[in-house]
Order: sequence, then C-alpha cells, then structure tokens
Amino acid sequence: MTDLRFRRRFWNAFNLTMAVLATGFGLFWLLWILWTTLDAGFAALDLRLFTQDTPAPGSVGGLRNAFAGSLIMIGIAVLLGTPVGILAGTYLAEFAHGTRRAEVIRFFNDILLSAPSIVIGLFVYTVLVVPMGNFSAWAGAMSLAILLLPVVLRTTDEMLRLVPGTMREAALALGAPYWKMIFQVTYRAASFGILTGVLLAIARISGETAPLLFTALNNQFWSTNLDQPIANVPVVIFQFAMSPYADWQRLAWAGALIAALAVLALSITSRLIIKGRSFR
Amino acid sequence: MAANDCERKVAGLFPDRMFRHLTAGLAYFVLALLIAVALSLFLSGWDAFRSFGFGFFWSEAWDPVTNRFGALIPVVGTLVSSLIALVIAVPISFGVAMFISELAPAWLGRSVGSAIELLAGIPSIIFGMWGLFVFAPVFGGVEPWISHNLGDIPGLGVLFRGPPMGIGMLTAGIILAIMIIPFIAAIMRDVFLATPAILKESAYALGGTTWEVVRSVVLGYTRTAVTGGVFLGLGRALGETMAVTFVIGNAHDLHASLLEPGNSIAAVLANEFTEAFSPLYRSSLLALGFILFIITFIVLVLAKAMLWRLEKARGKVGL
Repeated sequence: MTDLRFRRRFWNAFNLTMAVLATGFGLFWLLWILWTTLDAGFAALDLRLFTQDTPAPGSVGGLRNAFAGSLIMIGIAVLLGTPVGILAGTYLAEFAHGTRRAEVIRFFNDILLSAPSIVIGLFVYTVLVVPMGNFSAWAGAMSLAILLLPVVLRTTDEMLRLVPGTMREAALALGAPYWKMIFQVTYRAASFGILTGVLLAIARISGETAPLLFTALNNQFWSTNLDQPIANVPVVIFQFAMSPYADWQRLAWAGALIAALAVLALSITSRLIIKGRSFR
Repeated sequence: MAANDCERKVAGLFPDRMFRHLTAGLAYFVLALLIAVALSLFLSGWDAFRSFGFGFFWSEAWDPVTNRFGALIPVVGTLVSSLIALVIAVPISFGVAMFISELAPAWLGRSVGSAIELLAGIPSIIFGMWGLFVFAPVFGGVEPWISHNLGDIPGLGVLFRGPPMGIGMLTAGIILAIMIIPFIAAIMRDVFLATPAILKESAYALGGTTWEVVRSVVLGYTRTAVTGGVFLGLGRALGETMAVTFVIGNAHDLHASLLEPGNSIAAVLANEFTEAFSPLYRSSLLALGFILFIITFIVLVLAKAMLWRLEKARGKVGL
C-alpha cells in the first residue's frame, strides 16, 4: 500500500521535475540564440549600415541597398497580397459561411500557409523568372506576396467570424446592401483583428530567405529597378555569413539583428493591438 | 412605377453580385495557386523524371559533370534530419506545454508562453547562423565524447562514429529541433488548454496526481490533436532551408553515421539552384522541389486532419 503510494508520488514528482527542466532547456537554447544575435549584432552596428551599400570584401560598407530592396519588395508584397487575402477571407466568412466549399478552401489555404517557402520560391522561378528571362524584384515581391496571402486570409476569416451576426442583421434590416454592410459594419468591427493579421504576415515574410534566392537573387549595388535583381537583407545575410571574410560576417550579424528586431517589434505590436482592442 | 422598382432592385443587386463574385474568385484563386505550384514543379521536373525514370527516386548519383542525378541522398537527408529533430523536440515540447498548462501559476505560464511564441518568430536564417558560428564549434568538442561513449553500442553505435567536425546530420537535426520546439510546444499548449476542466477536476477528485491526470485524462483526450501538432512541426522541419543549409555540411554522400555531413532537399536547392546551368541539372533540382512539396503536402494533410475536430471546437489552433 505505502509502496504504491510512494511510487505514484515518485513518478509524479519525477515527471513534473522533468517538465520544468524541459521548459528551462527549451528557453535556454532560444535565449542563447537571441543573446548571440544581440551581442554580435550590436557589436557590428554602426551608422554606415544605413548610409553605405554592401561592400567588396575588405572595404567598409553597410547594408543600405539591402534594406531598401527588402522594404520595396515587402511593400509590393503587402500591396498585392493584402487585398486578395482580405477579400478571399471575406468570402469564406461572409458568403460561404458554414458551407463545405468554405471548409475545403480553408483547409487548402492552411496547407499553402505551411508549405515550405523554398517551394514557393521555385514556383515563382518557373512562372515568372523563366518567362521574363532574368531574376527580378518583381519575382521576389511575388513570392513574398504568396507567403503573405494565406496568413492574411486566415486571420481575416477568423476575425470576421467573431463579429456577431446580430450586427449584420441590424444593418441589413435598415436596408443596407450586403456589400455596404460588409464594408461599413463587419470590416469596421474586425479592423483591428485584420490589421493584426497583416502585421503578423509582414513579420513572417520579412525574415524569409529561401524564396528570394531564386527570385530576387541579390545585387551588390544600389538598385530600385523592379525588373532587375535587387539586394535584400536575408540573402545578403546568407551570402555574407557563408563567406570567409570577417567583415562580411560582421555585417551579416548586424543585418540579422535588424531583421530579428523588426520581426519582434511587429509581433509585439500586433499582440498589444489584440490585447487593447480584442473584439469579443 | 413597376419599372422604376425593377431598376432600383437591379441597381441594388448588381454591386452585391459583383462583390460576391469577386471575393469568391479570389478565394478559389488560393486553391488554384496550390494546384499551380504542384503542377508547375512537376512539369519543370518532368525532364528529370523522364530521363531517369523511377530510378531517379533511388539513385545515389549527383554528378553535374556527367549529368547524372538521383534524389536518394537529399531525400534521405531531409527525412533523417527531420526525424532527429522530432526525437529531440517532441519530449521537450511536451514538457514545456505541460509546464505552461498544468504546473505554472497563470502569470508565469502566460509569460513563458508569450516568450516562446515570440521566439518562434525569429527568422530561421538566424538559427542557421547561430548553428554555424556558435553551436558547431561547441558541438565539435562534444562529438568525440559522443563517438567514444555511444559509438560502441551494438547496432546503434554506427550512428555515432565519425569525424568530430561539428557540422553534419546530427547538428542539423539539433538546430531544427531548437527551431520547432516553440512551434510544437505552442500547439500542444493550446490543445492541452482545450481539455474540459470538468474532466480534469473529476480525475483530481478521484485522487489522481498531476502526472496521472496529464497522462490519462489530458493526453487521452487530446491524443489525436497532439499527433497533429507534431506532424505540423514535422512539416515545418522537412521544408526548412536556412537553418539546415548552414550546418548540414552539403556533402553528397550517404553515411550511416549521423556525425558525417550530408544534404537535404532544401539545402541542395539553396546551394546549387542558381549555379545549375545545364537544363537537366536544373530540372532535377525542380524535381527535388516537387518531391519535397509532395512529402510536406502529405504530412500537412495528415496534420490538419488530426487537428480538425479540435479546430472546429475552438475556432483556431496552430498556424
């Protein structure tokens, strides 16, 4: 009897201890990675990062062209992907709510959401880069847009479904056409949720490297020509980190720090928005 | 009067119908996109599939000079590195999820949960850089110990005999594991928190210890969804590029030892695609991309199917 009791208590204590240790273990690695990024990144941070372009090995320089290229491509991706995502999400939540076809689209949207980003890069390579004949900022932006789209679609769908049906009915009862009801009632009610989705999607694409390797490629020089290869932070980080030159590796860490801070800032902001204006 | 009425009706309905068709078209566009991805990769890889036949899948060849290619080594590398990641990440994630949902006081659980979610968003290239510059040198010092102590285990020992270089299949698996821990842990936590409190309370009322409640009630209730979460993590590990490319070693060899460098589909693509000039070389790489897409597609469909029931109940879980 006491033996059984002891055994149960022992396994309980043992497994609970293991759970605490596992948490510590998991956090240990993640914090180590974060600390390395902060440490190596801040050591390499200086003002030239934003005022000079990527240098040849051995000379000084910054990442100005890479930042510009990334911002341009992310901007285009947001302009292309957000409206499509929001409207498609609107269909699922407002027009096809509760139907089988909505479930099917939702299902495959989630698959697209989790599909390896490198595969999306290959796809854009075959449908854009090959026909156009060269790597370009357009192609890079397009692959980022495809990565952003399912995130925006999903959050829009979820946020619109949280809007109470009574609000829709009130608008329709006043004689508003369906589209007007959606624009003036449900979009407004869910606007902060949808904004959160867009921010999270931007956070996701701003660190993506793999799809840009075969689409935007890279550019050593300042370029804003959308039909030409363009410099961008992730691919520059990749190239510089893999290089044997110490000063390139330093720049890679500085770029990694900026990318990580941008992603963290975006996700923290979207959390604060959700916390402040949660729609229930 | 009647005509006027009719006109007003049409004027009112027309924008409605337009809007509805527009949104429907864009929703189906997502479906079309997924099909287009599969189709375009298959067609671009067709050259390789046709030239090498089914042999492409189990050929070890990878020789740009003689134009002979096979998928075996990268496919095996992708599967092995992801499996190593799962073996490490699943128990740890389970511990983290259990800690957050059952053990920690609410404030601590919430902050640990948020910290882990935030860290899950760190770009994967940083994991790769950290792996190459920080982890690999440290791990290179640990590897002799591993081969010394584990290399003599009969049967399994062969996995751990090899050169202590710090980079290789095992390192890639470990980096992947660190990367997917937050991801799997977050899903498991959501799933655990979805267990009805009344079930847990009943078990506690019968005198169960915390562990017994977790094992028999929480895990029993959420088994399918937990497996689904693990599969989602697997899907992520299979397609991960940057975290792996830095540390897997990029050697086109097949070794029994996990300490030896290897290659994965994503790493091969990242390293060789822009340098592949012959059409057959490029087509073989695209065929590899197609294989990767199909593998992850199957894994993700299984994952979603397992998370389905729970998702319906809660409206949102996972990514």
